[in-house]
Amino acid sequence: MDSIDVKQKKIHKEYQDLANSISPKSNIIGNCIRAFLVGGTICTFGQLITNIAKNYYDMNTEEASTITSISLIFISALLTGMGIYEKIGKRAGAGSVVPITGFANSIVSPAMEHKREGYVMGVGAKMFSIAGPVLVYGISASVVVGLVNYFFIR
Amino acid sequence: MEYIKAFIIGGLICLIGQILIDKTNLTPARILVLFVTSGVILTALGIYEPLVDFGGAGATVPLPGFGYALAKGAIKGVEEKGLLGAFTGGVVATAGGITAAIVFGYLASVLFDPKAKN
Repeated sequence: MDSIDVKQKKIHKEYQDLANSISPKSNIIGNCIRAFLVGGTICTFGQLITNIAKNYYDMNTEEASTITSISLIFISALLTGMGIYEKIGKRAGAGSVVPITGFANSIVSPAMEHKREGYVMGVGAKMFSIAGPVLVYGISASVVVGLVNYFFIR
Repeated sequence: MEYIKAFIIGGLICLIGQILIDKTNLTPARILVLFVTSGVILTALGIYEPLVDFGGAGATVPLPGFGYALAKGAIKGVEEKGLLGAFTGGVVATAGGITAAIVFGYLASVLFDPKAKN
């Protein structure tokens, strides 16, 4: 028993050392700068799509904003499928999580990962492992806002 | 100038997300939920609209912008259809994004296989 314990402790220590050597030193300032730059870049690109939609396709602000979301979601789903978005995400942190592209990434990533569980309970269900909660809380909150407006403000 | 404003506002919203990830135990999933819900509440309180007027896509592309569209849709729904609008407005306003996320998300998951992690 003792020898197993010692062995386990040794393995545990080796694991810890390895984990420490691999995991990057947490550098909050650097993380924040990268998140700012990547997030800002994605939004600037979104502004470009919005302006094109408004100026060349005569869309109003709401339509232009919707087409911007659809375009960014398409690009992000494609980049996630190709494994490129994960590479950006490793360095960008919240810069790649917080924009709407992060929402699309949160759908594709688990769905792809669990594909072997089938197209219904694998892809179909796992798509919503993060998007589901987002929709539950987002839509519920919007209904509460609507109800408050109906009963107290209107 | 529009682009610079979008860059700064969008960057700042992501920076807040990064601080939350680094300083708290919030997982990215919780950040997404928190940001969308905050967007809904801030819009209802009239705080987010000025940010959208100033930052354009910088405020609408990050997830609080999704919450902004949900809340604005619900308020507009109530103005146009009364009580029914409270239930339909939010999803109507965000239908394009939600549908795109489901359809493109599904297609990408089916067409691509996960890359080996190294």
